[in-house]
Amino acid sequence: MGAGAVSVYNHQNSGRSIAFSNTMARTDTFRLGTGAGFSADRLDPAVDLVQRGHLDAIVFECLGERTLAFAYRDRAADPDRGYTPLLEKRMRAVLPAAIANGVRIVTNMGAANPSRAAEITRDVARELGLTGIRIAYVEGDDVSDTVGPETPLWEGMTVAEVGRGYIGAHAYLGADALMPAFESQAHVIITGRVADPSLFVAPLRHHFGWPSDDWQILGAGTVVGHLMECAGQITGGYFADPGYKNVEGLAHLGFPIAEVQPDGSACITKLDHTGGSVDVRTVKEQLLYEVHDPSRYLTPDVCADFSSVRIESVAPDRVAISGAGGDSAPESYKLTVAFDGGYLAEAGISYAGPGAQARAELAGRNVEERMAAVHASNAPLRVDIIGAASLHATTGRYHDDAEDVRLRCALRASSVEQAELLLWEVESLLCCGPAGGGGYRGGITPSVITYSASMAREHVSPRTEILDA
Amino acid sequence: MSRRVLLREIAHARSGDKGNCSNVSVFVYDADHFNAVAEQLTGTLLKHHFGALLTGEITRYELSNLHGLNFVMQNALEGGVNESLNLDGHGKSWSSLILGLEIEIQ
Repeated sequence: MGAGAVSVYNHQNSGRSIAFSNTMARTDTFRLGTGAGFSADRLDPAVDLVQRGHLDAIVFECLGERTLAFAYRDRAADPDRGYTPLLEKRMRAVLPAAIANGVRIVTNMGAANPSRAAEITRDVARELGLTGIRIAYVEGDDVSDTVGPETPLWEGMTVAEVGRGYIGAHAYLGADALMPAFESQAHVIITGRVADPSLFVAPLRHHFGWPSDDWQILGAGTVVGHLMECAGQITGGYFADPGYKNVEGLAHLGFPIAEVQPDGSACITKLDHTGGSVDVRTVKEQLLYEVHDPSRYLTPDVCADFSSVRIESVAPDRVAISGAGGDSAPESYKLTVAFDGGYLAEAGISYAGPGAQARAELAGRNVEERMAAVHASNAPLRVDIIGAASLHATTGRYHDDAEDVRLRCALRASSVEQAELLLWEVESLLCCGPAGGGGYRGGITPSVITYSASMAREHVSPRTEILDA
Repeated sequence: MSRRVLLREIAHARSGDKGNCSNVSVFVYDADHFNAVAEQLTGTLLKHHFGALLTGEITRYELSNLHGLNFVMQNALEGGVNESLNLDGHGKSWSSLILGLEIEIQ
């Protein structure tokens, strides 16, 4: 427990019986915004939302599938690290207006270190002269010590059989785990891994007093959360296609607001004087984003049914959502289990003008030959000719006389030394390779490999702690 | 009189990923085109054109109320973002691959 912590809620003991005795069922509209849809998301649309959005709460969703594994590594190297790198910058930017306007902040920026993230947020609040600020943080998603060598993975092998260095494992917590934090009336709620839609379902459950087993209404809330969780992806981001899907003001894309009703139906919109667009097409695309069976979308809260959802344009940049269904929540938690993935080495060099593609292809063959013959490397190596065939090269679609191309080589290396060999070989093409090669760049990225597993709910113990600034 | 058009002319699409599984949703702009697209744009057609990339099972879900199809393609990301050496390890551009197919419409 960090300095200044005043109380502890043990969620495990209260289980699903947490009552809303102090929360009368509400009949008003709850205004919920999204301030980030991924760790590197833009800051200015979030600031705009807390300033002008008349929001009740704003969610910052900043953890990708593998981000948390990297955060575990950061924490292992330094116990004061392991939270989202942009945490301090985001809090500094949004806290003043959020506090002034009564906007509750909900975020998974705690990543592998929610307690440290809470301390940093408290320190930022103090520096900004904000007083009486309560920060709640939720832990218990880290199940690294509960997972063992014999734990079976969905992919068919055990942890031990993966044969790679084990980094850690985390459970996707649900809205349940956040209820004590909401009941504490915290201004800021910081978590590690929570299922993305649950970050949105939690404030709605708390506000409207939704029962934890009303599957239809939790299904509706989950649709709202799912639509909102990628921020600008529902307001015209990841969408524009000039001439087909034109989006005005993409450089100043506004982030979304959901105006949610007590029955879980909602209107998705954005602020006036922001770029982007909310229309039936942007909402449809986001509804199925990263969805498999639309009638069975599983979260720790519910098995939501998206197949019956109605999407209706009611005004410019206003789309009404209704009709979602739901069924009982899964009995176990989903885990992500992370392993050392070695290093990804990438290096490139460009060729242009007549014969450019042939020169780039010759250069690529040189790299392949030397990695095998000179360095005896059998690490997986890929050679792309960007401008002729790269992203879709595997399908066999290929141009054959491109005049402005880039050779890109990529290698999965087990060590930094092996990764450096690829960079060296591509750089050596400057003097030893085909004519006219320029613009060498190379980089080495540590990588992780993740698999999935299940864990019974009784083995996962979410807990909430409070810091007062 | 029927004519062949690029799917891109009559539909829009979005790609997502989970591990080594890609999903691409496709929605027609005009409901009148839904039947033609639903009839022709099948997992078999995707396998025929992109079989070297889409190496696993393809399941198609129909959302007739939204005039959309959702393709869930196993082993379609060259190992997935963890292991793929593709620049686009998430398969974000797989939607554009599918929009480049031809569909016959009335």
